[in-house]
Amino acid sequence: MTATEPELPPVPARRLPPVAELTVASLALMLAGGVDLAAHLPRHPPLGPVVGLLVGGAVLTAVALTLLSRISPFAWRTFFLVARWSLLAYAVITGVGVFVFLYDHTGGSTLVVLILSLVVFAIDVPTVIAFTAARYEDTGGLPGGQGRPG
Amino acid sequence: MAVDALHDSPTAAGSGDSESGRATAPPVPGFRIVPLRGLPIVAVVLAGLVTVIATNTLWGIDFFHVVGGGMWTALDLFLGFVIGPIMGRLSIPARIEFTTRLMPKMILIMPTLVVCTLGAGWQLARHLGDLASTYPEHAWLVAAFIVVAVMAVIALGLLEPANIAVLFELKRPRPNGAVIARLMRRFILTAGVTGALQVATLLIMTRVATS
Repeated sequence: MTATEPELPPVPARRLPPVAELTVASLALMLAGGVDLAAHLPRHPPLGPVVGLLVGGAVLTAVALTLLSRISPFAWRTFFLVARWSLLAYAVITGVGVFVFLYDHTGGSTLVVLILSLVVFAIDVPTVIAFTAARYEDTGGLPGGQGRPG
Repeated sequence: MAVDALHDSPTAAGSGDSESGRATAPPVPGFRIVPLRGLPIVAVVLAGLVTVIATNTLWGIDFFHVVGGGMWTALDLFLGFVIGPIMGRLSIPARIEFTTRLMPKMILIMPTLVVCTLGAGWQLARHLGDLASTYPEHAWLVAAFIVVAVMAVIALGLLEPANIAVLFELKRPRPNGAVIARLMRRFILTAGVTGALQVATLLIMTRVATS
Protein backbone atom coordinates (compact mmCIF):
# COMPACT_ATOMS: atom_id res chain seq x y z
CA MET A 1 0.00 0.00 0.00
CA THR A 2 1.27 3.49 -0.77
CA ALA A 3 0.71 6.74 1.07
CA THR A 4 -1.17 8.16 -1.93
CA GLU A 5 -3.92 5.55 -1.79
CA PRO A 6 -7.34 6.68 -0.67
CA GLU A 7 -8.75 4.92 2.33
CA LEU A 8 -10.65 1.89 1.13
CA PRO A 9 -14.11 0.97 2.33
CA PRO A 10 -14.39 -2.26 4.25
CA VAL A 11 -14.85 -5.52 2.43
CA PRO A 12 -18.55 -6.45 2.58
CA ALA A 13 -18.82 -8.26 5.88
CA ARG A 14 -21.27 -11.00 5.02
CA ARG A 15 -21.01 -14.34 6.72
CA LEU A 16 -21.23 -17.20 4.25
CA PRO A 17 -20.95 -20.92 4.91
CA PRO A 18 -17.45 -22.39 4.54
CA VAL A 19 -17.97 -23.50 0.95
CA ALA A 20 -14.46 -22.53 -0.17
CA GLU A 21 -12.81 -24.10 2.86
CA LEU A 22 -14.65 -27.40 2.43
CA THR A 23 -13.95 -27.50 -1.29
CA VAL A 24 -10.25 -26.77 -0.82
CA ALA A 25 -10.09 -29.46 1.88
CA SER A 26 -11.69 -31.90 -0.56
CA LEU A 27 -9.20 -30.83 -3.23
CA ALA A 28 -6.35 -31.50 -0.79
CA LEU A 29 -7.69 -35.00 -0.09
CA MET A 30 -7.94 -35.76 -3.83
CA LEU A 31 -4.38 -34.62 -4.40
CA ALA A 32 -3.18 -36.61 -1.38
CA GLY A 33 -4.81 -39.67 -2.91
CA GLY A 34 -3.15 -38.85 -6.21
CA VAL A 35 0.26 -38.66 -4.54
CA ASP A 36 -0.32 -41.99 -2.82
CA LEU A 37 -1.30 -43.63 -6.11
CA ALA A 38 1.57 -42.03 -7.98
CA ALA A 39 4.04 -43.24 -5.37
CA HIS A 40 2.97 -46.84 -6.02
CA LEU A 41 2.34 -46.91 -9.76
CA PRO A 42 3.08 -48.71 -12.03
CA ARG A 43 2.66 -51.47 -9.42
CA HIS A 44 -0.86 -52.19 -8.20
CA PRO A 45 -1.24 -49.81 -5.25
CA PRO A 46 -3.09 -50.62 -2.02
CA LEU A 47 -6.41 -48.88 -2.62
CA GLY A 48 -7.71 -48.66 0.95
CA PRO A 49 -6.14 -45.30 1.86
CA VAL A 50 -6.95 -43.78 -1.53
CA VAL A 51 -10.58 -44.90 -1.38
CA GLY A 52 -10.79 -43.43 2.12
CA LEU A 53 -9.45 -40.11 0.85
CA LEU A 54 -11.82 -40.24 -2.12
CA VAL A 55 -14.88 -40.88 0.05
CA GLY A 56 -13.82 -38.18 2.51
CA GLY A 57 -13.31 -35.70 -0.31
CA ALA A 58 -16.61 -36.59 -1.97
CA VAL A 59 -18.45 -36.06 1.33
CA LEU A 60 -16.80 -32.67 1.83
CA THR A 61 -17.73 -31.67 -1.72
CA ALA A 62 -21.32 -32.80 -1.22
CA VAL A 63 -21.59 -30.83 2.04
CA ALA A 64 -20.07 -27.77 0.34
CA LEU A 65 -22.54 -27.97 -2.55
CA THR A 66 -25.45 -28.43 -0.14
CA LEU A 67 -24.43 -25.41 1.91
CA LEU A 68 -23.88 -23.44 -1.28
CA SER A 69 -27.35 -24.23 -2.59
CA ARG A 70 -28.88 -22.79 0.60
CA ILE A 71 -27.22 -19.38 0.32
CA SER A 72 -29.72 -16.66 -0.38
CA PRO A 73 -29.36 -14.10 -1.76
CA PHE A 74 -26.39 -15.02 -3.91
CA ALA A 75 -25.00 -14.00 -7.30
CA TRP A 76 -26.04 -17.21 -8.99
CA ARG A 77 -25.73 -15.82 -12.51
CA THR A 78 -22.07 -14.99 -11.92
CA PHE A 79 -21.53 -18.27 -10.11
CA PHE A 80 -22.89 -20.38 -12.95
CA LEU A 81 -21.14 -18.31 -15.62
CA VAL A 82 -17.77 -18.91 -13.98
CA ALA A 83 -18.56 -22.48 -12.96
CA ARG A 84 -19.63 -23.42 -16.48
CA TRP A 85 -16.43 -22.23 -18.15
CA SER A 86 -14.18 -23.44 -15.34
CA LEU A 87 -15.81 -26.84 -15.54
CA LEU A 88 -15.11 -26.95 -19.26
CA ALA A 89 -11.47 -25.98 -18.70
CA TYR A 90 -10.92 -28.49 -15.92
CA ALA A 91 -12.74 -31.19 -17.85
CA VAL A 92 -10.10 -30.73 -20.56
CA ILE A 93 -7.32 -30.86 -17.97
CA THR A 94 -8.86 -33.93 -16.34
CA GLY A 95 -9.26 -35.46 -19.79
CA VAL A 96 -5.51 -35.13 -20.42
CA GLY A 97 -4.91 -36.87 -17.09
CA VAL A 98 -7.26 -39.72 -17.92
CA PHE A 99 -5.63 -40.05 -21.35
CA VAL A 100 -2.18 -40.38 -19.75
CA PHE A 101 -3.30 -43.09 -17.34
CA LEU A 102 -5.24 -45.00 -20.01
CA TYR A 103 -2.25 -44.79 -22.31
CA ASP A 104 -0.06 -46.24 -19.56
CA HIS A 105 -2.42 -49.23 -19.31
CA THR A 106 -3.58 -48.31 -15.83
CA GLY A 107 -6.71 -50.36 -15.44
CA GLY A 108 -9.16 -52.11 -13.17
CA SER A 109 -10.00 -50.74 -9.76
CA THR A 110 -6.97 -48.40 -9.80
CA LEU A 111 -8.29 -46.65 -12.90
CA VAL A 112 -11.80 -46.40 -11.43
CA VAL A 113 -10.46 -44.77 -8.25
CA LEU A 114 -8.27 -42.45 -10.32
CA ILE A 115 -11.13 -41.36 -12.54
CA LEU A 116 -13.48 -40.81 -9.59
CA SER A 117 -10.79 -38.75 -7.86
CA LEU A 118 -10.37 -36.69 -11.01
CA VAL A 119 -14.15 -36.19 -11.21
CA VAL A 120 -14.28 -34.85 -7.64
CA PHE A 121 -11.25 -32.70 -8.48
CA ALA A 122 -13.01 -31.38 -11.59
CA ILE A 123 -16.03 -30.40 -9.45
CA ASP A 124 -13.99 -28.87 -6.61
CA VAL A 125 -11.93 -26.46 -8.66
CA PRO A 126 -14.78 -24.80 -10.61
CA THR A 127 -16.83 -24.63 -7.40
CA VAL A 128 -14.18 -22.75 -5.43
CA ILE A 129 -13.36 -20.46 -8.36
CA ALA A 130 -17.01 -19.63 -9.07
CA PHE A 131 -17.86 -19.19 -5.38
CA THR A 132 -14.95 -16.79 -4.89
CA ALA A 133 -15.94 -14.80 -7.98
CA ALA A 134 -19.59 -14.55 -6.92
CA ARG A 135 -19.34 -14.08 -3.16
CA TYR A 136 -18.43 -10.38 -3.21
CA GLU A 137 -21.10 -9.40 -5.71
CA ASP A 138 -23.80 -7.10 -4.45
CA THR A 139 -27.10 -8.93 -5.02
CA GLY A 140 -29.11 -5.87 -4.07
CA GLY A 141 -30.83 -7.71 -1.27
CA LEU A 142 -33.17 -9.47 -3.67
CA PRO A 143 -34.49 -12.76 -2.32
CA GLY A 144 -32.44 -15.46 -4.01
CA GLY A 145 -30.10 -12.92 -5.62
CA GLN A 146 -29.67 -13.53 -9.34
CA GLY A 147 -32.17 -16.35 -9.62
CA ARG A 148 -32.20 -19.55 -7.64
CA PRO A 149 -29.75 -22.40 -8.17
CA GLY A 150 -30.70 -25.36 -10.24
CA MET B 1 -23.13 -7.46 -15.44
CA ALA B 2 -22.13 -11.06 -15.22
CA VAL B 3 -23.40 -11.77 -18.71
CA ASP B 4 -20.95 -9.39 -20.35
CA ALA B 5 -18.18 -10.20 -17.93
CA LEU B 6 -16.33 -12.09 -20.62
CA HIS B 7 -16.43 -9.13 -23.01
CA ASP B 8 -13.97 -6.30 -23.21
CA SER B 9 -16.10 -3.22 -22.67
CA PRO B 10 -14.64 -0.63 -20.32
CA THR B 11 -16.13 -0.33 -16.86
CA ALA B 12 -17.49 3.01 -15.68
CA ALA B 13 -15.82 2.82 -12.35
CA GLY B 14 -15.25 6.49 -11.85
CA SER B 15 -18.40 7.35 -9.94
CA GLY B 16 -18.12 7.28 -6.22
CA ASP B 17 -20.95 5.89 -4.14
CA SER B 18 -20.44 6.41 -0.50
CA GLU B 19 -23.86 4.99 0.42
CA SER B 20 -22.97 1.56 -0.86
CA GLY B 21 -19.53 1.77 0.66
CA ARG B 22 -17.70 1.99 -2.65
CA ALA B 23 -14.72 4.31 -2.85
CA THR B 24 -14.28 6.60 -5.82
CA ALA B 25 -12.42 4.30 -8.14
CA PRO B 26 -10.36 5.13 -11.20
CA PRO B 27 -11.70 4.05 -14.60
CA VAL B 28 -11.02 0.46 -15.49
CA PRO B 29 -9.84 -0.16 -19.05
CA GLY B 30 -11.84 -2.60 -21.15
CA PHE B 31 -10.57 -6.14 -21.00
CA ARG B 32 -11.62 -9.72 -21.51
CA ILE B 33 -11.45 -12.07 -18.55
CA VAL B 34 -10.55 -14.92 -20.88
CA PRO B 35 -8.46 -13.71 -23.84
CA LEU B 36 -10.06 -15.66 -26.66
CA ARG B 37 -7.12 -15.09 -29.00
CA GLY B 38 -5.02 -17.22 -26.69
CA LEU B 39 -7.30 -20.26 -26.81
CA PRO B 40 -6.01 -21.57 -30.19
CA ILE B 41 -2.46 -21.37 -28.82
CA VAL B 42 -3.51 -23.37 -25.75
CA ALA B 43 -5.23 -25.91 -28.01
CA VAL B 44 -2.11 -26.29 -30.17
CA VAL B 45 0.12 -26.74 -27.11
CA LEU B 46 -2.18 -29.36 -25.56
CA ALA B 47 -2.50 -31.16 -28.91
CA GLY B 48 1.29 -31.20 -29.10
CA LEU B 49 1.49 -32.66 -25.60
CA VAL B 50 -0.99 -35.42 -26.41
CA THR B 51 0.83 -36.14 -29.68
CA VAL B 52 4.28 -36.57 -28.14
CA ILE B 53 2.84 -38.78 -25.40
CA ALA B 54 0.83 -40.89 -27.85
CA THR B 55 3.83 -41.33 -30.17
CA ASN B 56 6.28 -41.99 -27.32
CA THR B 57 8.56 -39.26 -28.61
CA LEU B 58 11.05 -39.09 -25.77
CA TRP B 59 12.62 -35.84 -26.97
CA GLY B 60 9.19 -34.23 -27.27
CA ILE B 61 8.13 -35.44 -23.84
CA ASP B 62 11.37 -34.13 -22.36
CA PHE B 63 10.86 -30.84 -24.21
CA PHE B 64 7.35 -30.34 -22.81
CA HIS B 65 8.46 -31.24 -19.30
CA VAL B 66 11.60 -29.09 -19.25
CA VAL B 67 10.14 -26.08 -21.07
CA GLY B 68 6.81 -26.22 -19.22
CA GLY B 69 8.48 -26.73 -15.85
CA GLY B 70 11.07 -24.04 -16.48
CA MET B 71 8.44 -21.50 -17.50
CA TRP B 72 6.13 -22.46 -14.63
CA THR B 73 8.95 -22.14 -12.09
CA ALA B 74 10.26 -18.89 -13.55
CA LEU B 75 6.79 -17.34 -13.70
CA ASP B 76 5.98 -18.30 -10.11
CA LEU B 77 9.26 -16.93 -8.82
CA PHE B 78 9.00 -13.78 -10.95
CA LEU B 79 5.40 -13.11 -9.92
CA GLY B 80 5.97 -13.82 -6.26
CA PHE B 81 9.27 -12.10 -5.70
CA VAL B 82 9.58 -9.45 -8.45
CA ILE B 83 6.17 -8.44 -9.79
CA GLY B 84 4.40 -8.84 -6.44
CA PRO B 85 6.45 -6.31 -4.49
CA ILE B 86 6.40 -3.91 -7.47
CA MET B 87 2.60 -4.13 -7.72
CA GLY B 88 2.26 -3.48 -4.02
CA ARG B 89 3.96 -0.11 -4.51
CA LEU B 90 2.07 1.00 -7.61
CA SER B 91 -0.69 3.58 -7.46
CA ILE B 92 -4.21 2.14 -7.64
CA PRO B 93 -4.83 3.24 -11.28
CA ALA B 94 -1.51 1.74 -12.35
CA ARG B 95 -2.24 -1.44 -10.41
CA ILE B 96 -5.66 -1.76 -12.01
CA GLU B 97 -4.31 -1.23 -15.51
CA PHE B 98 -1.50 -3.72 -14.92
CA THR B 99 -3.93 -6.23 -13.41
CA THR B 100 -6.36 -6.03 -16.32
CA ARG B 101 -3.50 -6.73 -18.72
CA LEU B 102 -1.66 -9.41 -16.75
CA MET B 103 -4.31 -11.50 -15.04
CA PRO B 104 -6.35 -12.58 -18.11
CA LYS B 105 -3.19 -13.93 -19.69
CA MET B 106 -2.31 -15.81 -16.52
CA ILE B 107 -5.68 -17.57 -16.65
CA LEU B 108 -4.56 -19.29 -19.85
CA ILE B 109 -0.81 -19.53 -19.32
CA MET B 110 -0.57 -21.13 -15.87
CA PRO B 111 -2.96 -24.09 -16.26
CA THR B 112 -1.43 -24.88 -19.65
CA LEU B 113 2.10 -24.89 -18.23
CA VAL B 114 1.02 -27.02 -15.27
CA VAL B 115 -0.68 -29.63 -17.46
CA CYS B 116 2.30 -29.81 -19.82
CA THR B 117 4.83 -30.09 -16.99
CA LEU B 118 2.97 -32.72 -15.02
CA GLY B 119 1.65 -34.77 -17.96
CA ALA B 120 5.01 -34.86 -19.72
CA GLY B 121 6.88 -35.30 -16.43
CA TRP B 122 4.85 -38.35 -15.51
CA GLN B 123 5.48 -39.90 -18.91
CA LEU B 124 9.17 -39.02 -18.79
CA ALA B 125 9.52 -40.72 -15.41
CA ARG B 126 7.71 -43.77 -16.77
CA HIS B 127 9.98 -43.98 -19.83
CA LEU B 128 13.14 -43.58 -17.76
CA GLY B 129 12.00 -46.11 -15.14
CA ASP B 130 12.00 -43.51 -12.39
CA LEU B 131 8.51 -44.48 -11.20
CA ALA B 132 9.65 -47.92 -10.09
CA SER B 133 10.05 -48.22 -6.34
CA THR B 134 13.45 -49.82 -6.99
CA TYR B 135 14.69 -46.59 -8.56
CA PRO B 136 17.34 -45.30 -6.13
CA GLU B 137 15.95 -41.75 -6.13
CA HIS B 138 12.31 -42.85 -5.82
CA ALA B 139 11.93 -41.13 -2.46
CA TRP B 140 12.98 -37.84 -4.03
CA LEU B 141 10.40 -38.34 -6.77
CA VAL B 142 7.69 -38.92 -4.17
CA ALA B 143 8.89 -35.77 -2.41
CA ALA B 144 8.41 -33.93 -5.71
CA PHE B 145 4.86 -35.32 -5.96
CA ILE B 146 4.11 -34.00 -2.47
CA VAL B 147 5.54 -30.55 -3.21
CA VAL B 148 3.54 -30.38 -6.45
CA ALA B 149 0.38 -31.44 -4.63
CA VAL B 150 0.83 -28.71 -2.02
CA MET B 151 1.44 -26.19 -4.78
CA ALA B 152 -1.66 -27.41 -6.60
CA VAL B 153 -3.84 -26.96 -3.52
CA ILE B 154 -2.55 -23.42 -3.09
CA ALA B 155 -2.73 -22.55 -6.79
CA LEU B 156 -6.14 -24.08 -7.51
CA GLY B 157 -7.79 -23.41 -4.17
CA LEU B 158 -6.51 -19.90 -3.42
CA LEU B 159 -4.50 -18.30 -6.22
CA GLU B 160 -6.61 -19.04 -9.27
CA PRO B 161 -9.94 -18.15 -7.57
CA ALA B 162 -8.42 -14.85 -6.41
CA ASN B 163 -7.18 -14.18 -9.94
CA ILE B 164 -10.61 -14.66 -11.48
CA ALA B 165 -12.48 -12.91 -8.66
CA VAL B 166 -10.30 -9.79 -9.11
CA LEU B 167 -11.20 -9.68 -12.78
CA PHE B 168 -14.90 -10.07 -12.04
CA GLU B 169 -14.74 -7.33 -9.42
CA LEU B 170 -13.04 -5.04 -11.94
CA LYS B 171 -15.85 -5.78 -14.40
CA ARG B 172 -18.52 -4.53 -12.03
CA PRO B 173 -20.00 -1.05 -12.58
CA ARG B 174 -18.53 0.09 -9.25
CA PRO B 175 -15.57 -2.11 -8.31
CA ASN B 176 -14.88 -2.32 -4.59
CA GLY B 177 -11.27 -1.30 -4.05
CA ALA B 178 -11.09 -3.12 -0.72
CA VAL B 179 -12.20 -6.41 -2.26
CA ILE B 180 -9.65 -6.00 -5.06
CA ALA B 181 -6.90 -5.13 -2.58
CA ARG B 182 -7.71 -8.15 -0.42
CA LEU B 183 -7.81 -10.54 -3.39
CA MET B 184 -4.62 -9.11 -4.89
CA ARG B 185 -2.84 -9.54 -1.55
CA ARG B 186 -3.97 -13.15 -1.56
CA PHE B 187 -2.80 -13.59 -5.16
CA ILE B 188 0.65 -12.12 -4.53
CA LEU B 189 1.11 -13.97 -1.22
CA THR B 190 0.15 -17.34 -2.69
CA ALA B 191 2.31 -16.69 -5.75
CA GLY B 192 5.20 -16.07 -3.36
CA VAL B 193 4.51 -19.29 -1.44
CA THR B 194 4.32 -21.35 -4.62
CA GLY B 195 7.48 -19.58 -5.78
CA ALA B 196 9.25 -20.72 -2.62
CA LEU B 197 7.96 -24.25 -3.13
CA GLN B 198 9.27 -24.08 -6.69
CA VAL B 199 12.76 -23.72 -5.23
CA ALA B 200 12.20 -27.06 -3.50
CA THR B 201 11.07 -28.54 -6.81
CA LEU B 202 14.21 -27.21 -8.51
CA LEU B 203 16.41 -28.84 -5.85
CA ILE B 204 14.61 -32.18 -6.18
CA MET B 205 14.46 -32.18 -9.97
CA THR B 206 18.11 -31.28 -10.46
CA ARG B 207 19.05 -34.03 -8.04
CA VAL B 208 16.86 -36.59 -9.83
CA ALA B 209 18.11 -35.49 -13.25
CA THR B 210 21.77 -35.90 -12.32
CA SER B 211 21.52 -39.10 -10.29
